[in-house]
Amino acid sequence: MSGHDEDWGEHDDAAPGDEHAGGSGFGAIQVYLLGFLLAIGLTVASFWIAGANVVWGPGIPAALLALAVAQMGVHLVFFLHITSGPENTNNTLALAFGVLIVLVIVVGSVWIMAHLNHNLMTMDQMLKAQH
Amino acid sequence: MSQAATPSDVASVYLQHGPYGQGHDPHGHGHVDARGHGTGGPAPKRVIVGYGFWIFLLSDIVMFSAFFAAYAVLAQATAGGPTGKQLFDLNRVAIETACLLVSSFTCGLGYVAATRRRQIETQFWMLVTGLFGLVFVILEVLEFYEMIQAGAGPDRSAFLSAFFALVGCHGLHVTVGGLWLGTMMAQIWFKGFRPQIMRRLLCFNLFWHALDIIWVALFTIVYLLGAGA
Repeated sequence: MSGHDEDWGEHDDAAPGDEHAGGSGFGAIQVYLLGFLLAIGLTVASFWIAGANVVWGPGIPAALLALAVAQMGVHLVFFLHITSGPENTNNTLALAFGVLIVLVIVVGSVWIMAHLNHNLMTMDQMLKAQH
Repeated sequence: MSQAATPSDVASVYLQHGPYGQGHDPHGHGHVDARGHGTGGPAPKRVIVGYGFWIFLLSDIVMFSAFFAAYAVLAQATAGGPTGKQLFDLNRVAIETACLLVSSFTCGLGYVAATRRRQIETQFWMLVTGLFGLVFVILEVLEFYEMIQAGAGPDRSAFLSAFFALVGCHGLHVTVGGLWLGTMMAQIWFKGFRPQIMRRLLCFNLFWHALDIIWVALFTIVYLLGAGA
C-alpha cells in the first residue's frame, strides 16, 4: 500500500477501515465500487419487495430483514474493511461482542414486552371487569 | 516460556526487547516478530487509534439498539393517532437512502485519494460527501416539519415519540458528522496529510460508514416494515 504513514509488517494488526487486503487482487477503489454496487442492488431489492407484490405477504418482513443484514455485511466488508483475516482478529471480536449486546437488547426487549402485553388485560376486558 | 525464568533472564529480555519482548506468542501463529503480538513491540499508533474509535462506534451502535428496541416495542402504540403507513413517504426515504449510500461511497473515494496524497481530489470527494449528507439532513428536517405541522409530532403518541427519538438521533449524528467533515477538509487543506490528520480522517471515515449501516437498519425496520404493516 503506498502512502501509509507507518510501515506495514507482514503480521501486523489492521485498523478498521484499512484497506490492507494482503493481496485480494483488487485495488482500493475497486473494493469500494464493488461494495457500492452490491449495496445498491440490495437496497433496490428491499424497496422493490416492500412495494410490489412479489413475495408472499407474511414473508415480507423476513425477506426485508435478511436483505438488511446482508447489506450491513456488505458495508462492513467493503467499506469498513472488516475481514476474517488474522490481522483483523481484534476488530472482528469487538464487532462480535457488539452484535451480541445489540441482539440481547433488541430481542430481549421485544420478547419481554410481548409477554407483558400478552398477560395484560385489553381495554375491553378492563371495562368489563369494572362492572 | 516453558522453563522457569530467573529474574536476571527476565531482566535481560526486558533490556533487549522492551516490556513486551518475552517472546510470548499468545495466538500460536509463531509470528513472534509481529507488532502487538510479541517481540515486535506495541502496534502502530494508527492501529491503536482506529481500534479505539471502532470500540466507540460499537458502543454508539449499542446505544442505537436501545432506541431501536424502544421503537420496536412502541411501534403499534399509536394511541388512535396516525400510523406509519399513513405518515411515511417511501419515495422520500428512497432518495434519502440513495444520498447516504452515495455519500458513503464518495467518502471512501476521498480516503483513497488522501492515502495517495492528492489534495484536490480529496477535497472534491469530501465536498461531494458533505453535499449528499446535507441533502439527506434537509429531507429529514422537511419530513419532521411536515409531520409536526400535520399534528403528528413526537407528543402525539408513544409510537411517534419513539420514531422521532430514533430517526432524530441518527439525523443528529449525520449533522455532527457533517461538521466534522468540514473541519477535516479545512485541516487537510491547511495542514496537509500529516500522520495525525490521516488518523482523524480514518476515524471520520469509520464514523460516516457506520452511520450508513445504522441507516440500513433504520429504513428497513422503521420505514419499509412500518409502511407495509
